[in-house]
Parts: sequence; C-alpha cells; structure tokens
Amino acid sequence: MAFDKMELKDIEVWDGNHAAAQALRQCQIDVVAAYPITPSTPIVEGYAKFLADGYVEGEFVMVESEHAAMSGCIGAAAAGGRVATATSSQGLALMSETLYQASGMRLPIVLNLVNRALASPLNVNGDHSDMYMVRDSGWIQLDAFSPQEAYDLNLIAFKVAEDHDVRLPAIVNQDGFMTSHTAQGVSPLSDDVAYGFVGEYKPMNDMLDFEHPVTHGVQTEEDWHFEHKARQHNDLMTKVLPKIQTAFDDFEKLTGRKYNLVEKYDMDDADICVVCMGSSVETAREVATEMRAKGIKAGVVGIRVLRPIPFFEIIDALKDVKAIAALDRSSPNGAAGMLFNELAGALFNTDTKALLSGYVYGLGGRDLTKKHLVDLYTELQANVDAGKVTTKLQQFIGVRGPKLAYL
Amino acid sequence: MSEMKKIKNLKEFSTSADRFEGANLLCPGCAHSIIVREVLNATNDDMVLSASTGCLEVCTAVYPYTSWDASWIHIGFENSSTAIAGAETMYKALKKKGRLKQPERTPKFVSFAGDGASYDIGFQWISGCMERGHNIMHVVLDNEVYANTGGQRSSSTPIGSSATTSPEGRNSYGEKRNKKDMLSIMAAHGIPYAAQVAPNKWKDMVKKIQHGLAVDGPVFINAVSPCTTEWKFDPKDTMNIADLATDSLVFPLYEIIDGHELNITYRPKNVVPVEEYLAAQGRFKHLFKDEYKYLIKEWQERVDAKWAYLQRREEARV
Repeated sequence: MAFDKMELKDIEVWDGNHAAAQALRQCQIDVVAAYPITPSTPIVEGYAKFLADGYVEGEFVMVESEHAAMSGCIGAAAAGGRVATATSSQGLALMSETLYQASGMRLPIVLNLVNRALASPLNVNGDHSDMYMVRDSGWIQLDAFSPQEAYDLNLIAFKVAEDHDVRLPAIVNQDGFMTSHTAQGVSPLSDDVAYGFVGEYKPMNDMLDFEHPVTHGVQTEEDWHFEHKARQHNDLMTKVLPKIQTAFDDFEKLTGRKYNLVEKYDMDDADICVVCMGSSVETAREVATEMRAKGIKAGVVGIRVLRPIPFFEIIDALKDVKAIAALDRSSPNGAAGMLFNELAGALFNTDTKALLSGYVYGLGGRDLTKKHLVDLYTELQANVDAGKVTTKLQQFIGVRGPKLAYL
Repeated sequence: MSEMKKIKNLKEFSTSADRFEGANLLCPGCAHSIIVREVLNATNDDMVLSASTGCLEVCTAVYPYTSWDASWIHIGFENSSTAIAGAETMYKALKKKGRLKQPERTPKFVSFAGDGASYDIGFQWISGCMERGHNIMHVVLDNEVYANTGGQRSSSTPIGSSATTSPEGRNSYGEKRNKKDMLSIMAAHGIPYAAQVAPNKWKDMVKKIQHGLAVDGPVFINAVSPCTTEWKFDPKDTMNIADLATDSLVFPLYEIIDGHELNITYRPKNVVPVEEYLAAQGRFKHLFKDEYKYLIKEWQERVDAKWAYLQRREEARV
C-alpha cells in the first residue's frame, strides 16, 4: 500500500493544531496511539483523516485513555518505529506516570502538548500548568509561540529525539486555543523536503529484531537506579542542547527561519525585559516596540527550550539588563514561579545586578492584554529608577478582587 | 508461515529451547515460571512479550540480568496489555511499509500480568485491547492476591481467604467478597478465544495456547497460579495444589469461543470435595473453626452450581 503526497501552497492558512497534524503527516509516523481531549483533539483527528484519505500509511489506534495512549506509544516505540501522540491538561496528568517510563526507557516519542489549565475548577483554556507539571519527567520540551512554530518544531523535535546520541522523547508545546485554534499564515515545506529533513527512522534496541532480543523496562534498586537516572540527566545536560542547536541551524539553511534556544527580541541594549513563553511572547514583543517609541528600552526573552533549560544562554541574554520580569502562566501554589526560580538560579552567581520580579498571569485562559504589559514594563522601569524592586517579588496580573502580591 | 509445534509428551515439552531461563528470582515452588514456560514452549514462532509490574517482572529482569531470551517489555502495573498492543501495532505498520527486518517471521505478541494487574488496576487497559481487536494474547497469572506487595486482597481473592488487607481475626473470616468472574467479562467482549488453564494440566494448556496463538484477534487466558507464599503450602506441593484446584472444580478448565461457545475441556474422573482444596492451604485454615464451617458448605454449593451452569452452557451450544 502506498500513500499520496499532498500539494501545499507556499502559505497555508492553518491553526496550530492543523499545523502540527500536517507535520506529523509529513514525518510519516508509523504508529499514533491517542485519546481525544480539548484543545489538542484536532491534531489526532487530523491525522486520522489523513490516514482515511490515504495520505499516510502508518497505524492509528484510538485507545481508551491517555494513559493507554502513552502506554501504546511506548510499546510501539520499543518495537522500533516513529511514534507520536497529542494531549492536553488532564490527559497529560493521567499519562504522567508513563512519561517518566518513556524517557527512562530512552524512547524517542514526540508528544504535542496543547497547553491547557489543570482542574479544579475544570477549565479547557490555555495556561502552562500542564507544561510545568511534567518539567522533571526527562522529556525534551520545546515551546511554539505560533502555528508556524508548532509546525516547524514538530519536524525539529523528531530530528533531535530520534538522534542515536539523544534517544529521548520530546514535547512540543503550543498554547491551547490562542495558538491551537487560531488560524494564521503558515509556510510549510513540501512533503519531500520535510521528510528529507527529519530522515528515515533508524531503529535501535528494537523488539522486532528477532535475531537480537532485548529487555526493556528493567528493575533497578539502590544498586543501579541512580546511575541510570544520572546518565539520563547527563545526556540532557550535555548532549541535547547542541543537537537542538544543530537542528535549528540545519532548519535555517533549509527554510530561512531561524530558531534559538532562547529567543531574544530587542535585547541588545535593553534596560528592562519580560521573560515568558507561548503566545504571550508575541504580545510582549509588540508592547516592547511600543515602549521603545516612548523612549523606554524594553526587550523580550522567549524561552524556546524549557528542557533542557538553556542555562548559559539565559545568563547571556540577561547579562546587561537592569530589571527582569519572569512571567509564569501557572499557579505556583505556594512558591515563587517556576520561570522566576529558573532565572534566579541561572543569574545568582553571575555579576548581574539586575532586579528580578515575578508575575503570575493568564490562568485558565485569562487574557494577557497589551495594557497589562505596558503597566508591567512601567513597573520594571520604576524598579530601575529606584534601584530596587519597588513591589512585592510576586504579583498577580489580571485577576479580579484585591491586588495579590507576595514575597 | 507459522507451524504448529508438535508436543507429544512431557519430556519433549520440558526439553524445548528455553526462552524463559531458570535463572530467575521467583520463589521455589512458584507456579508463575511453570506457566510462562508452558506458554512460551507451545510455539516455535518468535515471541514479543510484556509483563506488568509484579512478581514475574521483578524476579526476571533485575538489571543487569534478564531471564528473557525473547524481546520483552515492562512499563508499569496496569499496562502490559497495551504495551504489547503497541508493539503489535508497530509490527502491522512496519509490515505494511515493508520495513520489517525479518519479514518472513511470524511473531506472536503475549502479555503477562497478575490478577491484581488484570482484574483490578489493569482492567480498563485489557478491556480496551480486547475491544480494539489487537492480535495479542493476555495471560493472567492468577494467584488471587497481590503477592508481590505482600498478600493484599484483589478482586480475584476468593471469599474466606485471609489476605493482609482482609485478614481473618476474632471478628472476621477474612475476604468477604467472591472472586470476580473475569473470564466471562472478557468473553463478553466477543473476542475469538478466552480460556482458563492450569499448570498441572499441561496438555490442555498447550492446546489452548496453540489455539489462542493461531486465531486472529485478541485472546484472554486465565491461568491459576498456586502461590506457595500467600496460599501457604509447602513449595514441593505446587502441582498437588493445582491438582486439587482443578479436580475440586474450584478452577474448572473451559474455553469460550467467539464470546459464546463454551466447551469444558477437563472433567475430573474423581471430583474432590472443595473442603480438601481448602484444607491444603494456610490461607483458609480459619474456615475450619466451627463457626465458619458454613462457609465451606456454601463454597461447595457455589462450585456445584457453577459446574452445573457450565455444563448447561456447553450443552446449549449458544
């Protein structure tokens, strides 16, 4: 059985979900095992439709839960082929046990995570609490700020994850609804060029090689567990970022689209900057430009790669600024925000005198408006002028009721 | 094409090439290893195997060792069925795409799990696999208890059994609920084959495993696995206990084809009283106190009723 290629226009109008589904089609996934959940469902629906229409020839299994989806993906990946799925929020929470197993077993599965809030209260809209929940699960985590990037980063994710020096699963994040359901112009590669970039899947320790039986998912206790976890961490800390950088470079040569481990915008001479993720990065860039028109030297740093954290690139991006706002779109529930802590950890032993403050915003899909960001930049400039953080270290943006501030 | 392996006698059977090594950490007298070997030796085809977390898994794949000479995967407690279904799906995909390394081979996909991992925590995953029609076999090593974690009750634990979370005591005779009828539930999925097997009846076992491996579609096998540690009998008596289980009809051996056609595959010449089966195991010792003897009587009545039901089902051919 063969499959048909799809003729694509130079610019297609795709939302983030369709962009991801198209990337999966072009990568010619061997097995997709998936379970529907808002807002990621259209990705696997799209893939199922491609299969029904003869544009892919792999297998699609609609299982009975997200836990089973990732369980099936793990079995399929261990058997030796290209594997992908998609989920959001509660679905990710249900499959979270198996995420650790997939990474511990070094299986290069690609998971499209369409970011959505975690209940309770139940909420289908976008925030980053699901992304944050699995940040220690041993998966590579890339973050797309737009449908174009959701498409591009899927291709890049397979290339990095399946590299035999890496062999780690990868999550491609995009914001629920804001990115996943917002149609924009997307420039795709042709089917052949996209597949050529990702390359043939090269099996390793595949269960279907009957001449070389393998045992996957062994037991280790205090005698060997630590060494396995340490080796995985070592590979994440030393091997993955260079591979991602190489993939970014190759992708730029192919498309002219340049990706960076951290995405700097107007940072060369910035006094103040916002560090954030997801679709908020584009909003922040717009506001930064407007602040510059008012004479305020504002910049934006978008975190493209959350895991492994680009520690030195973050330091480098922030080394000359005077005030930094870390924006976390997830309730820290009793701590400083995750990005705040990552930045603080990166900057602590450096010579920076930058003032760092944290903001929690956008929970459950609450809008982050340009007005919010204007106020935020104004606050950062006030911190610079005062030579100290003039507010509490942690503030909430856009929540009704009395102003919330802590630390 | 796969060939049916010819097994004429026990010696021939026991000298088959081992894909499951004797080098493992299972208890002396554990029936798990006997059942696994019986399943694996039933075919010469390549096998891809999985196991749920449990006795079998923790005793056979302790890094840097493995007891498995066939590809094997363990993910977690609840998902050995879905793990092997994933591998089977990849096989189908690569076959379709012409990317199998040994396209002439005809592998069989088998998952193993305990009763806790099948009747309880893995129930949904198995049901999903059965419903979706994967070409897999799921084998339950049914020792009626969470043995690996020290003897807690599962929904397979029979009434009156003393388990660590339903212990017998001054005010209790132990487990209060009757064993879940998993075979009927699985057969109700309309799968091509579901069967109950026992390690002592190896010819019956081989026949059923070979039938199960030959059919197209999901297969469910429930294997009684006497547990020396939790059932509390001498390790040398494993097969004697299995004999009592099958000959008392506490574990009747039968099969259900296509979800409805029931065949009894073993009729004991001399049916042993249930009391003898119970008396041979420490987990039922307390039932022989005067105040609990009614439970033994009730148990015999349940076994008689089930046996009558199975015979009626078989005769009815429905």
